[in-house]
Amino acid sequence: MANQAQKRPAALQAILVIILITWMIAAAFPFFWTLWGSFKVEGDFFSLADWTNVLTGEMTTRETGDAFTTQGYSGAWVQEEFWKAAWNSTLVCLFVVTISLTLGTLGGYALARSTYRYAFWFLLIALIFRAMPPITLVSGYLPVFFQWNIWGYLPTAIIVLVAINQPFTLWMLHSFFKNIPQDLDESAMVDGCTRFQAFRHVIIPVMWPGVITTGLFSFLLAYNDFAVTAMILDKQNQTMVPKIASFLGTTQTKGNVMFAVAAVVSTTAPLFLLIMFFQRQIVSGLTAGAVKG
Amino acid sequence: MKHSAFFWFVLPSAVAMLLFIFFPIVSVVVQSLHAAHEQVIIEVENCGPFGCTKATAIDQEATAALREEQPLGRFAGLEIYKDRNHLATAQIGPLWEQSTSIGDFIGKLMNLPFYKALGFTLTFTFVVTPLTIIFGFIIAVAVNSAARVIRGPLIFFSLLPMMVTPLIGSLILFWMVDARGILGTALRWLADDPSLSVKADTGLMWAMLMVYGVWHSAPFAFIVYYAGLQTVNTDTLEAARIDGASRWQQIRHVVIPHLLPLTTFIALMQLMDNFRVFEPIVSFNASAHATSLSWTIYNDLGGETQQLSSAAATSVLTIIGVAILLSPVLIRTYRDYGKAA
Repeated sequence: MANQAQKRPAALQAILVIILITWMIAAAFPFFWTLWGSFKVEGDFFSLADWTNVLTGEMTTRETGDAFTTQGYSGAWVQEEFWKAAWNSTLVCLFVVTISLTLGTLGGYALARSTYRYAFWFLLIALIFRAMPPITLVSGYLPVFFQWNIWGYLPTAIIVLVAINQPFTLWMLHSFFKNIPQDLDESAMVDGCTRFQAFRHVIIPVMWPGVITTGLFSFLLAYNDFAVTAMILDKQNQTMVPKIASFLGTTQTKGNVMFAVAAVVSTTAPLFLLIMFFQRQIVSGLTAGAVKG
Repeated sequence: MKHSAFFWFVLPSAVAMLLFIFFPIVSVVVQSLHAAHEQVIIEVENCGPFGCTKATAIDQEATAALREEQPLGRFAGLEIYKDRNHLATAQIGPLWEQSTSIGDFIGKLMNLPFYKALGFTLTFTFVVTPLTIIFGFIIAVAVNSAARVIRGPLIFFSLLPMMVTPLIGSLILFWMVDARGILGTALRWLADDPSLSVKADTGLMWAMLMVYGVWHSAPFAFIVYYAGLQTVNTDTLEAARIDGASRWQQIRHVVIPHLLPLTTFIALMQLMDNFRVFEPIVSFNASAHATSLSWTIYNDLGGETQQLSSAAATSVLTIIGVAILLSPVLIRTYRDYGKAA
């Protein structure tokens, strides 16, 4: 590949570099811009007079005496109690990931090992469920949840997210388990293990790469969800994303849109770290379905 | 694997999906066939010193009792599907007759809430999906040509728009194109029009939503194509080169055929995801200019009066839409896997 790169004509090389630079700016600049702006006051981040104000922090200096301010963060985290939403998000993600993976590994393993036709039908139905927008299910949940008085609580949202997550988790783990040689658990069963013992002692020790990758995507689904959590959770139990959406309604009128900006940056930061540490797993997970066709 | 073992392994996740996906679908269908009870009106006669007056009042008790007795509401059949907020069967005929041309008809049709949402959802899906594939491919080729050391960081930043919460990603863009934001200022300067505002213009709003859509999903296409490019058979490429294939011919006859199956995969995932477009409309506060099917359901469910039946009817129509969109893929999967199984 290296000598091929050297042969590339200069014009083509220039075009490729321009494409790369443009894309990098488009992909990364908005995040850094918002991060920078979150330490300014609204008059700077949204400046009608002069856009360079956000760079120099003119209004921020005038209002707070310094070019950087953490007003947005203290307003969001302390005054508007964003820490509660952060805690709720932590709980939701933790439980959704654990439960989805427990159910998903069992199901995915069975689907990968069964040779009967119903396993295929099971996967096909899961694919149909995966395609349905989650919000279409919400109007089915609400009347029942109201009647049973379980609307608004975190466990309800966790169970719903686990169920919505299942089709995807099953498909992904199914394809990972297909890659684990069948001889492994079969030889254990020849030696006298039951199916579950074979799974417990032979498959579980080797399944972690696939489980971690699937877990990452379960986490992202729970963390990023807006449609379900916004409709099912009570105001006190809101997770971060619906909380940010509710900032938009209340704070824009109060002139405190900077709370929302600070909350957005706070919510994006963990995702940044996640991608940084698990980039390899994310890439392999995204391509897992594709490469197998 | 034995039937019984399979059953016990699959049971937990099957129960979860049965209870929280399958039953809700049934419940949504049932709900969409029922309408909320009308309030029971009674006539009350108030007699005072100046004679008697008749007034109508709501019989709260009777209404509550009726609602208690039949919590689903009264059976309405397909009434909700046909009303003005959904398929508007009664309105379409006259609209067609009044319209002077097809364009005029479509323009008028877009005033009806359901068709407005459907129009935007379909436009979004069929504009964003191909653009995503094209941009994803271009970025993949560009990253693949970069030096190996900088590819890691390149991939890291490329992943950001896709991995970040859709609501947050679209908010970040929205704040930048706000009339007082940096992109908004740049746009006004470019167009040389100080009153230009994305928020106030339907065309610009649609364009902005689609720009967001491509920005958000191009990384997915990029990653899949990039992984595909790593597995292009170098022997075939070399053979083509020895046979005198130009750079373009190598791409045309070796690389593209290799990536074609990936394209179907990307297109499938993108069709599914773009059809549910929802968060950017909330973030961009765009509902005056563009609504989507998912947004319509959200709007019916939220707010003071929860219109469950109306939301349920839209949900059923959306599910039918997804089914139509997916049917070719499902048939293909059925054939492929059916052979393998």
